[in-house]
Amino acid sequence: MIAHSVFFYIFSLIAIVSAVMVTVSKNTVHSVFFLILDFISISCLFIMIGAEFLGMIMLIVYVGAVAVLFLFVVMMLNVAEQKGQWFSSRWDGGTHIPVGLLVSLIIFFELIIVIGGWKYKPDLLNSLSINISTEVTNTRSIGNVLYTDYILLFQISGMILLVAMIGAIVLTYRERAGVKRQSYVKQISRERDEGVDLVEAERNKGVKIDA
Amino acid sequence: MDSYFSILFTEVYKILFLLIPVLVSVAMIVWLDRRVWAFVQKRRGPNVVGPFGLFQSLADALKYIFKEIIIPASSNKIVFVLAPVVTMTLALISWAVIPFGEDFVLADINVGILYLFAVSSLGVYGIIMGGWASNSKYPFLGAIRSAAQMVSYEVSIGVIIINVLLCVGSLNLSDIVMAQQNLWFVIPLFPMFVIFFISALAETNRPPFDLPEAEAELVAGYQTEYSGMMYAMFWLGEYANILLMCAMGSVLFLGGWLSPIDIFPFNAIPGPFWLIFKILFLFILFALVKATVPRYRYDQLMKLGWKIFLPFSLFYVVLTSSFLLYFDLLPGK
Repeated sequence: MIAHSVFFYIFSLIAIVSAVMVTVSKNTVHSVFFLILDFISISCLFIMIGAEFLGMIMLIVYVGAVAVLFLFVVMMLNVAEQKGQWFSSRWDGGTHIPVGLLVSLIIFFELIIVIGGWKYKPDLLNSLSINISTEVTNTRSIGNVLYTDYILLFQISGMILLVAMIGAIVLTYRERAGVKRQSYVKQISRERDEGVDLVEAERNKGVKIDA
Repeated sequence: MDSYFSILFTEVYKILFLLIPVLVSVAMIVWLDRRVWAFVQKRRGPNVVGPFGLFQSLADALKYIFKEIIIPASSNKIVFVLAPVVTMTLALISWAVIPFGEDFVLADINVGILYLFAVSSLGVYGIIMGGWASNSKYPFLGAIRSAAQMVSYEVSIGVIIINVLLCVGSLNLSDIVMAQQNLWFVIPLFPMFVIFFISALAETNRPPFDLPEAEAELVAGYQTEYSGMMYAMFWLGEYANILLMCAMGSVLFLGGWLSPIDIFPFNAIPGPFWLIFKILFLFILFALVKATVPRYRYDQLMKLGWKIFLPFSLFYVVLTSSFLLYFDLLPGK
């Protein structure tokens, strides 16, 4: 088990250090890179406790999709490097520090309330419709619980994501006038007769084309 | 303590036994790509170094090694150096789960296909890091294009994988191959195979989807500022990824190491050879596409990914699952 614990400490050290570096590093893009490193080491920890499915989903969803979008936004916004402006910021009058403190305090107390009042259902293990055994792979056991006991929550979370997606589209969509679109059907169904127009040109007068 | 070291040494030995052939075959495949490309265009292609020009890639590699590595003054140096390393590493580590035969696989993990998918979705970081760290317009535009493209086509590849998994009932790659003993999935899931092939072209930035490095618009995209061995590492990583996509296609649809028919002259050939034949077949298709098809426009690329492939493969998921449910063929009961 020595190798196991060595790897555990390596990954958890990387996870904690990179989590700190996310907030400390001055370049925003570096922060996102550290966030990615954090996600990766956490998924390694998931794999080490035998939750290989969760670890892989963590990699696919958070690292493969969410963090790419983060990186996109940060790069596109072209946020300048903050040079020692942490507590003496001039560019927005320094108003973001108190607001940030307020928000993080609220989240902190919410977390205390949630975790302090955390109770497992007394007969949790009996109420699940599977019995946990080492024979079944954890992908299968997650599927068994997710689609039977928690089907309602699963579907509701899917609905919430759908609503969020539609909301984002509705908020950003605007109809623009004068946009030229390509229509494949129109292009392909064009015949020779309508494509070519033979005009009898009069001498010294030319042809007037109004298109 | 002894047992640790013996395990370590056997594992390192196995990894080297896998990686060195992969690297050599990447070099050979570059040669093959250029030969097929030249053949279609009625040119000769590389034919000077070695018999049939076989050692052309080795000569190229030697040239790259002796070239100077230039790191631009205004670049972000750590990220700039890391980018090719990330690309190369990610292209190589995914070979760990590819099964070359029955019990002939480095890591036979339960979530093999998810691992492959995860690693290929990480591949975008090498490109974004390279493009951003170069601190220059063309690489940045190339990186943004490539990231958008790879994220879009990953979605449809994911849905295609779900189609295959519905028929298998397991995420293990060896199980996926064994489920095709009677019928390769390319027959019932043929439309998915076609979409997988096209998405694989887009995912590996191959023509006709090579917009990230469209030389007419972006010089060389994210690779513009790279030189010498670092450029060669991007190059190697890209081709290792292409080979990997071919391997993934053969495992998912063409029955992996299985022989086409289970009768004497065919099943006497060992499994790894069949897998290599199938990878080569898919790769030659890749090369033929590169030689024949003109480059897509960017909006056409996005339209194809999101408006055609994604809805169609989602529809096929519904079709496959209802078919399996109706005829009571669902696996894993």
